[in-house]
Amino acid sequence: MNRNDKLRIIFGRLMQAIPSIIGIIIVTFILTRALPGDPAVYFAGPAATEKSIQEVRVSLGLDKGWLEQFWIYATSLATGDLGVSVSTGLSVKEELIRRLPASLELTFLALIFSVGVALPLGIAAATRPNSWVDQLCRLVVTAGVSLPVFFTGLFMVYLFYYILGIAPAPLGRLDIIYLSPPTVTGFYTIDALLDGDFETFGAAFRQLILPAITLGIFTLAPLARMTRGAMLQVLSSDFIRTARASGLKRSTVLYSYAFRNALLPILTTLGMVFSFMLGSNVLVEKVFAWPGIGSFAIEALIVSDYAAVQGFVLAMAILYVLLNLTIDIVYTLVDPRVGLES
Amino acid sequence: MKEKRMPDAFPLLDIKNLSVEFRTRSGVVKALENVSLEVLRGEIVGIVGESGSGKSVSALTAMGILDPAGHVTAGSISLGGLDVLGASEAVLQTMRGQQASMIFQSPRTSLNPIRTVGKQIGDVLHRHNMANRQNLREMVIKALKTVRIPDPDRRFDAYPFEMSGGMCQRIMIAMALACSPELLIADEPTTGLDVTTQAAIMDLIRDLSRERNMATVLITHDLAMAADYCDRIIVMHAGHVVESGTSRDLFLSPRHPYTAKLMKATPNGGGSLDDIASIPGGLPDLRGELPPCRFSGRCERHEAICDSSALIAKEVSPDHFVNCQRPL
Amino acid sequence: MSEFFKHLRYVLTENPVTLIAGTMFVLLVIAAFIGPSIVPYDPMASSASQSLKPPSWEHWFGTDQLGRDVFSRIVVATRLDLAIAVSAVAISFIFGSVLGSLAGFFGGWADRIVGRITDTIMAFPLFVLAMGIVAALGNSVENIVYATAIINLPFYARMSRTEVNIRRSADFVLAARLAGNSSLRLLATQIYPNTLPPLMVQVSLNMGWAILNAAGLSFIGLGVRPPTAEWGIMVAEGAGYIVSGEWWLAIFPGLALMLAVFTFNLLGDGLRDLIDPRRRT
Repeated sequence: MNRNDKLRIIFGRLMQAIPSIIGIIIVTFILTRALPGDPAVYFAGPAATEKSIQEVRVSLGLDKGWLEQFWIYATSLATGDLGVSVSTGLSVKEELIRRLPASLELTFLALIFSVGVALPLGIAAATRPNSWVDQLCRLVVTAGVSLPVFFTGLFMVYLFYYILGIAPAPLGRLDIIYLSPPTVTGFYTIDALLDGDFETFGAAFRQLILPAITLGIFTLAPLARMTRGAMLQVLSSDFIRTARASGLKRSTVLYSYAFRNALLPILTTLGMVFSFMLGSNVLVEKVFAWPGIGSFAIEALIVSDYAAVQGFVLAMAILYVLLNLTIDIVYTLVDPRVGLES
Repeated sequence: MKEKRMPDAFPLLDIKNLSVEFRTRSGVVKALENVSLEVLRGEIVGIVGESGSGKSVSALTAMGILDPAGHVTAGSISLGGLDVLGASEAVLQTMRGQQASMIFQSPRTSLNPIRTVGKQIGDVLHRHNMANRQNLREMVIKALKTVRIPDPDRRFDAYPFEMSGGMCQRIMIAMALACSPELLIADEPTTGLDVTTQAAIMDLIRDLSRERNMATVLITHDLAMAADYCDRIIVMHAGHVVESGTSRDLFLSPRHPYTAKLMKATPNGGGSLDDIASIPGGLPDLRGELPPCRFSGRCERHEAICDSSALIAKEVSPDHFVNCQRPL
Repeated sequence: MSEFFKHLRYVLTENPVTLIAGTMFVLLVIAAFIGPSIVPYDPMASSASQSLKPPSWEHWFGTDQLGRDVFSRIVVATRLDLAIAVSAVAISFIFGSVLGSLAGFFGGWADRIVGRITDTIMAFPLFVLAMGIVAALGNSVENIVYATAIINLPFYARMSRTEVNIRRSADFVLAARLAGNSSLRLLATQIYPNTLPPLMVQVSLNMGWAILNAAGLSFIGLGVRPPTAEWGIMVAEGAGYIVSGEWWLAIFPGLALMLAVFTFNLLGDGLRDLIDPRRRT
């Protein structure tokens, strides 16, 4: 297996994403045309005049055949045109780009929290079956998937903000007394650090903690379950016995032998975890008034701003495909066996 | 009885009256009962028996890597003077690989699938301070050469899935012997390999054992192979040692009915215990109450005395022991 | 069959959690069927003088901003929440298992088309897709059901595809074929029924998830509309009162939701033990 083979496989993976993207575009196209009645009326918004509805009809190509409509839809997507949000009057693309960093910052921190808790918990549970850690892991796994993410969020707000008073009010990314840091990455915490403004960093971070933990708790369960399962399986495999029989230290056996092998199935689960995360993200953003693309979509849904909603669905789907692609590529790099069968 | 045998030879591996139980959901499995065996330096000892007879459990217990569900209820194990059952995990870890090593069946799954074989051997050398970062590669290649692997320099960077089963078994042997242990336990090392590779691997194990004057335990269900390669053979059945003696004694005059059946069932080499049809019944269920002789249910010579008196090892000729009330 | 009941008893006694889940399940079903006639208050009756009262002897779970009894509303909501989840799961179970069976049985084009459909659905973050579907089809309870059904479809399709595929060449199928049964008949009478037990486990595990999804959609204002009593929307309505300390508005319906989901998840685990003892985790 040389470098070229790996590159070839990664290229193959990239190619495999294309049908997914085509599928996504077809589905979103159908969704925009499935509106009961005249889609042009919906896309033009509630305050539209006869003239603006006609303009929308032409720009969407609704007066043309299905295939031609799809062609217009696909080509406008290719140029990044997601239409105009009737509620804000801005282009949907700009709105999404402006709000994406808020969602990503939240999602990344949640992912770090979730992985940081789930992996050690799963490993500990697998190495000590039926111990208290194992029972705890079981509880987390069963309870975690049963907790409605918006309920967890509200409960935490009640506990940490109202009762204990240690968390800031659940009102967005930064308390109004602070100015948002100069935009570099769009992540307030990182931008504040780059600016050397530790006070703003602290404030932004405090705002992040509760929503990130809320989101993390939900995704923790599948990850911990998978980690525990994968570790149990790997630990009972033949090569672990060989490693132990060769006198390798427990830590070596556990981490550089068992865990690295268990990581492969865990990586595969990560795809599902991302699906959960991007979905729950919307709910968490609503609970914490987080100005990300989820809140944008909810606001748009309420005022029937269709271009905005479908733009959001499309953006999330593309993001999800990219995340899955990243997982695939990491997998290819980690597992030397990938590509042998082809 | 032990005192009579070679009083001046100090056995490297000395297992005395070992009993092991597995506590499972469905009951306590008495996997080993009163098992004693010893292996001297430079000696190749075969442990023969069907699957589930306790061969591997004995070996794993001697290495101190018994499954957590397994509990030693009686007996002692001394390995080169080290009290295995009483030693701390840290001491045992150092012992493994350095004083005693073990190789397993299904070599392809017994190696870490996502680590190059060179690194895996290197891990063992590094663990036992037999190599440092500078000479690691060189030492690994040396180890690969001892197991007669062609083109060792290229093999260093290969993954197990890129090699044949026989080659993987050589890698495992190289790994086991990298730190020059005094004891090698080979647990069915040729199962699943094709016949020519089997012979090559067994020749390699024998040659290396002789060269290094290692104590070697060969666990197998292939009687013919045990006879070919071992100095002495221990026959196990359902967690009991039923008979032990030199390969020659055992083959010329088996005294336990079970051994005799095995002989008959294994014609002229090549046969294995898996295709025994002539021994009635299977291994008894090792849960719950068992008769003193666990072979009694399958034995044609079974009589009342077998169920009433405890088994005692009888020395029927020098160094030839049999655990039976009514030996042949 | 007696073997089955022995195993059922073993699972129940070995794992009391399953027993608890079973009991909670029965309670949920009772609440769904006769809830409206046993609750102490009219779930819709508002009373300005009784608004935002904390839990007390008269109002176990307190009252909401309009003075409605939270406990009564939660009990009454059981029917709607379960109905949404049950219909959604039923739809995806029926369509998913049929599509999956056809794909698994015939292979080739059928398999490719079904595979493409499920892959396309799975290419979306599922909750987001559900949002998009409800937005496109229109904001109504039925459309929540359809959206939840669509996002659950791939699980059933994939599972029954695998199950049918395994059984396609099994001996009894071959025997039936030799006896002159047609392919479709074979699939419907010999293979499909045998795939049901593992699918039922999936149904149970899926119910919890379907409830969560439907509640999530109504939490963000889709489908169910006020003043209807439904757990998701009750949490949403109560959310604003959390920061001022009136916790019972959101916490109790949230707890009800959680317990319902928990019940189905535990039940699914228990069912899995029952059907496939080997796959115990």
